[in-house]
Amino acid sequence: MTLIMIIIGMAIVTYIPRVLPVFLMERIHFPRWVKKWLHAIPYAALGALIIPGIFTVEPGAPFAGAIGGMVAVLIAYFKGHIMVVIIAAIVTVYLLQILLY
Amino acid sequence: MEEKHLHEMHTPTFTEDYWQGLKMAVPVMLGYLPIAISFGVLAIQTGIPLFHSLLMSFFVYAGASQFMALNMLAIGTVGLEIVLATFILNLRHFVMSISLFSHLQHIPIRWQTLLAHGVTDESFALASLKRKSLGSTPSTAIYTGMFSGAFGTWLIGTLIGVLVGNIVPEALSASMGIALYALFIGLLVPAIRKYWKIGVVASASASLCVLFSLFLSEGWAIVLATVIGSLTGVFVLEEEDE
Repeated sequence: MTLIMIIIGMAIVTYIPRVLPVFLMERIHFPRWVKKWLHAIPYAALGALIIPGIFTVEPGAPFAGAIGGMVAVLIAYFKGHIMVVIIAAIVTVYLLQILLY
Repeated sequence: MEEKHLHEMHTPTFTEDYWQGLKMAVPVMLGYLPIAISFGVLAIQTGIPLFHSLLMSFFVYAGASQFMALNMLAIGTVGLEIVLATFILNLRHFVMSISLFSHLQHIPIRWQTLLAHGVTDESFALASLKRKSLGSTPSTAIYTGMFSGAFGTWLIGTLIGVLVGNIVPEALSASMGIALYALFIGLLVPAIRKYWKIGVVASASASLCVLFSLFLSEGWAIVLATVIGSLTGVFVLEEEDE
Protein backbone atom coordinates (compact mmCIF):
# COMPACT_ATOMS: atom_id res chain seq x y z
CA MET A 1 0.00 0.00 0.00
CA THR A 2 1.38 3.39 -0.91
CA LEU A 3 1.39 6.20 1.61
CA ILE A 4 -1.28 8.05 -0.37
CA MET A 5 -3.58 5.03 -0.24
CA ILE A 6 -3.04 4.68 3.51
CA ILE A 7 -3.95 8.35 3.99
CA ILE A 8 -7.07 7.99 1.82
CA GLY A 9 -8.09 4.89 3.78
CA MET A 10 -7.55 6.70 7.08
CA ALA A 11 -9.56 9.67 5.80
CA ILE A 12 -12.53 7.50 4.79
CA VAL A 13 -12.75 5.49 8.02
CA THR A 14 -12.41 8.70 10.05
CA TYR A 15 -15.07 10.63 8.14
CA ILE A 16 -17.76 7.92 8.16
CA PRO A 17 -18.33 7.87 11.96
CA ARG A 18 -18.23 11.67 11.99
CA VAL A 19 -20.87 12.16 9.30
CA LEU A 20 -23.20 9.19 9.82
CA PRO A 21 -25.16 10.82 12.70
CA VAL A 22 -26.06 13.73 10.39
CA PHE A 23 -28.26 11.37 8.42
CA LEU A 24 -29.47 9.33 11.40
CA MET A 25 -30.60 12.33 13.48
CA GLU A 26 -33.25 13.43 10.98
CA ARG A 27 -35.60 10.55 11.65
CA ILE A 28 -35.10 10.05 15.38
CA HIS A 29 -36.88 11.73 18.24
CA PHE A 30 -35.16 11.07 21.54
CA PRO A 31 -36.86 10.27 24.85
CA ARG A 32 -35.84 12.33 27.88
CA TRP A 33 -33.30 9.93 29.32
CA VAL A 34 -31.46 9.76 25.99
CA LYS A 35 -31.30 13.56 25.94
CA LYS A 36 -29.68 13.51 29.39
CA TRP A 37 -27.31 10.84 28.15
CA LEU A 38 -26.32 12.94 25.13
CA HIS A 39 -25.87 15.93 27.41
CA ALA A 40 -23.41 13.96 29.56
CA ILE A 41 -21.31 12.69 26.63
CA PRO A 42 -18.95 15.69 26.29
CA TYR A 43 -17.98 15.49 29.96
CA ALA A 44 -17.64 11.72 29.90
CA ALA A 45 -15.48 12.01 26.78
CA LEU A 46 -13.24 14.59 28.46
CA GLY A 47 -12.83 12.36 31.52
CA ALA A 48 -11.90 9.32 29.42
CA LEU A 49 -9.59 11.35 27.19
CA ILE A 50 -7.65 12.82 30.14
CA ILE A 51 -7.30 9.67 32.27
CA PRO A 52 -5.31 7.45 31.81
CA GLY A 53 -3.78 9.10 28.71
CA ILE A 54 -2.19 11.94 30.64
CA PHE A 55 0.13 9.49 32.43
CA THR A 56 1.71 8.50 29.13
CA VAL A 57 2.73 12.03 28.09
CA GLU A 58 6.28 11.33 29.21
CA PRO A 59 7.20 7.73 28.38
CA GLY A 60 8.39 5.97 31.52
CA ALA A 61 7.58 8.92 33.81
CA PRO A 62 3.84 8.91 34.53
CA PHE A 63 4.22 11.51 37.28
CA ALA A 64 5.47 14.13 34.77
CA GLY A 65 2.09 14.17 33.04
CA ALA A 66 0.31 13.93 36.40
CA ILE A 67 2.13 16.96 37.81
CA GLY A 68 1.58 18.92 34.60
CA GLY A 69 -2.10 17.97 34.82
CA MET A 70 -2.36 19.07 38.45
CA VAL A 71 -0.85 22.44 37.59
CA ALA A 72 -3.47 22.74 34.83
CA VAL A 73 -6.31 21.78 37.21
CA LEU A 74 -5.20 24.32 39.82
CA ILE A 75 -4.92 27.17 37.35
CA ALA A 76 -8.22 26.27 35.67
CA TYR A 77 -9.95 26.01 39.06
CA PHE A 78 -8.79 29.48 40.05
CA LYS A 79 -10.17 30.78 36.76
CA GLY A 80 -6.86 31.22 34.98
CA HIS A 81 -7.22 31.86 31.25
CA ILE A 82 -7.07 28.68 29.18
CA MET A 83 -3.98 30.02 27.43
CA VAL A 84 -2.21 30.27 30.82
CA VAL A 85 -3.39 26.75 31.65
CA ILE A 86 -1.87 25.31 28.47
CA ILE A 87 1.41 27.23 28.61
CA ALA A 88 1.93 26.51 32.33
CA ALA A 89 1.40 22.79 31.74
CA ILE A 90 3.92 22.72 28.86
CA VAL A 91 6.51 24.64 30.90
CA THR A 92 5.98 22.36 33.93
CA VAL A 93 6.55 19.18 31.93
CA TYR A 94 9.51 20.75 30.12
CA LEU A 95 11.15 21.71 33.42
CA LEU A 96 10.49 18.28 34.92
CA GLN A 97 12.14 16.74 31.90
CA ILE A 98 15.22 18.91 32.30
CA LEU A 99 15.40 18.01 35.99
CA LEU A 100 15.11 14.33 35.16
CA TYR A 101 17.85 13.99 32.56
CA MET B 1 -36.60 55.32 19.33
CA GLU B 2 -38.10 52.79 16.99
CA GLU B 3 -35.05 52.96 14.80
CA LYS B 4 -32.82 52.18 17.74
CA HIS B 5 -35.00 49.23 18.55
CA LEU B 6 -34.71 47.94 15.01
CA HIS B 7 -30.97 48.29 15.18
CA GLU B 8 -30.77 46.21 18.32
CA MET B 9 -32.89 43.54 16.72
CA HIS B 10 -30.69 43.25 13.64
CA THR B 11 -29.76 39.65 12.95
CA PRO B 12 -26.00 39.11 12.72
CA THR B 13 -24.58 38.58 9.25
CA PHE B 14 -22.67 35.46 8.22
CA THR B 15 -19.36 37.29 8.62
CA GLU B 16 -20.20 38.56 12.12
CA ASP B 17 -21.24 35.11 13.28
CA TYR B 18 -18.22 33.55 11.61
CA TRP B 19 -15.89 35.86 13.56
CA GLN B 20 -17.74 35.18 16.77
CA GLY B 21 -17.23 31.46 16.23
CA LEU B 22 -13.59 31.96 15.33
CA LYS B 23 -12.99 33.95 18.51
CA MET B 24 -14.60 31.20 20.56
CA ALA B 25 -12.20 28.69 19.01
CA VAL B 26 -9.08 30.56 20.22
CA PRO B 27 -8.48 28.23 23.22
CA VAL B 28 -8.68 25.20 20.94
CA MET B 29 -6.41 26.88 18.41
CA LEU B 30 -3.85 27.57 21.15
CA GLY B 31 -4.00 23.96 22.24
CA TYR B 32 -3.72 22.69 18.68
CA LEU B 33 -0.75 24.73 17.56
CA PRO B 34 1.94 22.98 19.66
CA ILE B 35 0.39 19.56 18.96
CA ALA B 36 0.19 20.14 15.21
CA ILE B 37 3.77 21.43 15.24
CA SER B 38 4.89 18.29 17.07
CA PHE B 39 3.05 16.24 14.46
CA GLY B 40 4.87 18.00 11.64
CA VAL B 41 8.21 17.64 13.43
CA LEU B 42 7.68 13.92 14.03
CA ALA B 43 6.40 13.38 10.50
CA ILE B 44 9.49 14.88 8.87
CA GLN B 45 11.68 12.93 11.29
CA THR B 46 9.82 9.73 10.32
CA GLY B 47 10.56 10.51 6.69
CA ILE B 48 7.06 11.60 5.58
CA PRO B 49 7.26 14.30 2.89
CA LEU B 50 5.68 17.73 3.47
CA PHE B 51 2.92 17.09 0.93
CA HIS B 52 1.82 13.85 2.60
CA SER B 53 1.88 15.35 6.09
CA LEU B 54 -0.36 18.19 4.95
CA LEU B 55 -2.60 15.75 3.09
CA MET B 56 -3.03 13.70 6.25
CA SER B 57 -3.74 16.75 8.40
CA PHE B 58 -6.27 17.98 5.84
CA PHE B 59 -8.20 14.79 5.09
CA VAL B 60 -7.80 12.75 8.26
CA TYR B 61 -7.67 15.67 10.74
CA ALA B 62 -7.64 13.54 13.88
CA GLY B 63 -4.60 14.11 16.06
CA ALA B 64 -4.27 10.88 18.00
CA SER B 65 -4.66 8.68 14.93
CA GLN B 66 -2.16 10.75 12.95
CA PHE B 67 0.47 10.27 15.66
CA MET B 68 -0.37 6.60 15.79
CA ALA B 69 0.02 6.31 12.01
CA LEU B 70 3.50 7.87 12.23
CA ASN B 71 4.41 5.43 14.92
CA MET B 72 3.19 2.46 12.92
CA LEU B 73 4.83 3.69 9.71
CA ALA B 74 8.11 4.10 11.60
CA ILE B 75 8.07 0.48 12.72
CA GLY B 76 7.05 -0.69 9.24
CA THR B 77 3.41 -1.70 9.81
CA VAL B 78 1.24 -2.75 6.85
CA GLY B 79 -1.18 -0.14 5.53
CA LEU B 80 -4.36 -2.03 6.28
CA GLU B 81 -3.53 -2.32 9.97
CA ILE B 82 -2.99 1.43 10.14
CA VAL B 83 -6.39 2.04 8.55
CA LEU B 84 -8.11 -0.40 10.91
CA ALA B 85 -6.42 1.08 13.98
CA THR B 86 -7.45 4.54 12.78
CA PHE B 87 -11.05 3.40 12.47
CA ILE B 88 -11.14 2.04 16.02
CA LEU B 89 -9.37 5.05 17.49
CA ASN B 90 -11.70 7.50 15.75
CA LEU B 91 -14.94 5.64 16.36
CA ARG B 92 -15.47 7.87 19.39
CA HIS B 93 -16.34 10.72 17.01
CA PHE B 94 -19.52 8.81 16.16
CA VAL B 95 -20.76 9.25 19.71
CA MET B 96 -19.72 12.89 19.68
CA SER B 97 -21.44 13.56 16.34
CA ILE B 98 -24.68 12.04 17.65
CA SER B 99 -24.56 14.40 20.62
CA LEU B 100 -23.55 17.44 18.53
CA PHE B 101 -25.86 17.05 15.54
CA SER B 102 -28.89 16.27 17.71
CA HIS B 103 -28.73 20.00 18.51
CA LEU B 104 -27.93 21.19 14.99
CA GLN B 105 -30.97 19.89 13.14
CA HIS B 106 -31.86 23.41 12.02
CA ILE B 107 -28.63 23.67 9.99
CA PRO B 108 -28.83 22.62 6.30
CA ILE B 109 -27.68 19.03 5.71
CA ARG B 110 -24.89 19.99 3.33
CA TRP B 111 -23.41 22.26 6.00
CA GLN B 112 -23.75 19.51 8.56
CA THR B 113 -21.82 17.10 6.34
CA LEU B 114 -19.09 19.73 6.00
CA LEU B 115 -19.01 20.49 9.74
CA ALA B 116 -18.84 16.74 10.41
CA HIS B 117 -15.29 16.73 9.08
CA GLY B 118 -14.43 19.20 11.83
CA VAL B 119 -15.65 17.02 14.69
CA THR B 120 -12.65 16.42 16.94
CA ASP B 121 -12.43 15.82 20.69
CA GLU B 122 -11.60 19.47 21.24
CA SER B 123 -13.95 21.21 18.80
CA PHE B 124 -16.76 18.94 19.96
CA ALA B 125 -16.10 19.77 23.61
CA LEU B 126 -15.94 23.47 22.80
CA ALA B 127 -19.12 23.42 20.70
CA SER B 128 -20.98 21.48 23.40
CA LEU B 129 -19.91 23.72 26.26
CA LYS B 130 -20.68 26.92 24.32
CA ARG B 131 -24.01 25.71 22.99
CA LYS B 132 -26.13 27.08 25.83
CA SER B 133 -24.70 30.57 25.47
CA LEU B 134 -25.60 30.59 21.75
CA GLY B 135 -29.38 30.40 22.10
CA SER B 136 -31.68 27.68 20.80
CA THR B 137 -30.76 27.83 17.11
CA PRO B 138 -27.16 28.99 16.71
CA SER B 139 -26.24 29.83 13.13
CA THR B 140 -24.24 27.77 10.67
CA ALA B 141 -21.68 30.57 10.52
CA ILE B 142 -20.81 30.36 14.22
CA TYR B 143 -19.99 26.68 13.96
CA THR B 144 -18.17 27.20 10.68
CA GLY B 145 -15.99 29.83 12.37
CA MET B 146 -15.39 27.64 15.39
CA PHE B 147 -14.50 24.53 13.42
CA SER B 148 -12.53 26.17 10.63
CA GLY B 149 -10.39 28.05 13.16
CA ALA B 150 -9.33 24.77 14.74
CA PHE B 151 -8.91 23.10 11.34
CA GLY B 152 -6.82 25.96 9.93
CA THR B 153 -4.58 25.98 12.99
CA TRP B 154 -4.05 22.26 12.63
CA LEU B 155 -2.89 22.73 9.01
CA ILE B 156 -0.69 25.74 9.76
CA GLY B 157 0.84 23.95 12.75
CA THR B 158 1.60 20.89 10.62
CA LEU B 159 3.30 23.10 8.04
CA ILE B 160 5.37 24.93 10.68
CA GLY B 161 6.33 21.62 12.28
CA VAL B 162 7.57 20.12 9.03
CA LEU B 163 9.52 23.30 8.22
CA VAL B 164 11.22 23.63 11.62
CA GLY B 165 11.47 19.84 12.01
CA ASN B 166 15.18 19.73 12.48
CA ILE B 167 15.64 22.76 14.74
CA VAL B 168 13.19 21.99 17.59
CA PRO B 169 14.97 20.40 20.57
CA GLU B 170 13.59 16.96 21.30
CA ALA B 171 12.86 17.76 24.95
CA LEU B 172 10.57 20.63 23.99
CA SER B 173 8.63 18.77 21.29
CA ALA B 174 8.13 15.88 23.74
CA SER B 175 6.76 18.10 26.51
CA MET B 176 4.25 19.63 24.08
CA GLY B 177 2.25 16.42 24.34
CA ILE B 178 0.79 17.79 27.57
CA ALA B 179 -0.86 20.69 25.69
CA LEU B 180 -3.90 18.68 24.58
CA TYR B 181 -4.49 17.37 28.08
CA ALA B 182 -4.14 20.87 29.49
CA LEU B 183 -6.77 21.97 26.96
CA PHE B 184 -9.11 19.15 28.02
CA ILE B 185 -8.58 20.08 31.67
CA GLY B 186 -9.12 23.76 30.89
CA LEU B 187 -12.50 22.87 29.34
CA LEU B 188 -13.62 20.37 31.97
CA VAL B 189 -12.63 22.03 35.26
CA PRO B 190 -14.73 25.22 34.81
CA ALA B 191 -17.75 23.06 33.90
CA ILE B 192 -17.33 21.04 37.12
CA ARG B 193 -16.81 24.23 39.10
CA LYS B 194 -20.18 25.46 37.84
CA TYR B 195 -22.02 22.17 38.38
CA TRP B 196 -20.27 19.56 40.51
CA LYS B 197 -22.32 16.62 39.24
CA ILE B 198 -20.49 16.92 35.94
CA GLY B 199 -17.44 15.84 37.93
CA VAL B 200 -19.27 12.63 38.84
CA VAL B 201 -19.86 11.84 35.16
CA ALA B 202 -16.26 12.66 34.19
CA SER B 203 -14.78 10.60 37.06
CA ALA B 204 -17.01 7.63 36.29
CA SER B 205 -15.92 7.66 32.69
CA ALA B 206 -12.24 8.22 33.58
CA SER B 207 -12.30 5.25 35.99
CA LEU B 208 -13.93 3.07 33.37
CA CYS B 209 -11.31 4.13 30.86
CA VAL B 210 -8.51 3.08 33.25
CA LEU B 211 -10.24 -0.26 33.74
CA PHE B 212 -10.84 -0.86 30.02
CA SER B 213 -7.28 0.14 29.12
CA LEU B 214 -6.07 -2.90 31.03
CA PHE B 215 -7.41 -5.26 28.40
CA LEU B 216 -8.43 -3.13 25.40
CA SER B 217 -6.65 -0.81 22.97
CA GLU B 218 -6.68 2.90 23.80
CA GLY B 219 -9.28 3.59 21.10
CA TRP B 220 -11.81 1.02 22.30
CA ALA B 221 -11.24 1.99 25.93
CA ILE B 222 -12.11 5.64 25.21
CA VAL B 223 -15.16 4.73 23.11
CA LEU B 224 -16.62 2.34 25.69
CA ALA B 225 -15.77 4.48 28.71
CA THR B 226 -17.46 7.50 27.07
CA VAL B 227 -20.62 5.60 26.11
CA ILE B 228 -21.02 3.78 29.43
CA GLY B 229 -19.62 6.54 31.65
CA SER B 230 -22.04 9.11 30.22
CA LEU B 231 -24.94 6.86 31.21
CA THR B 232 -24.29 7.95 34.81
CA GLY B 233 -25.49 11.34 33.59
CA VAL B 234 -28.97 9.90 33.11
CA PHE B 235 -29.12 9.32 36.87
CA VAL B 236 -27.15 12.19 38.39
CA LEU B 237 -27.78 15.17 36.07
CA GLU B 238 -30.90 17.23 36.54
CA GLU B 239 -33.36 17.78 33.72
CA GLU B 240 -32.26 20.40 31.23
CA ASP B 241 -34.79 23.08 30.48
CA GLU B 242 -34.55 23.83 26.81
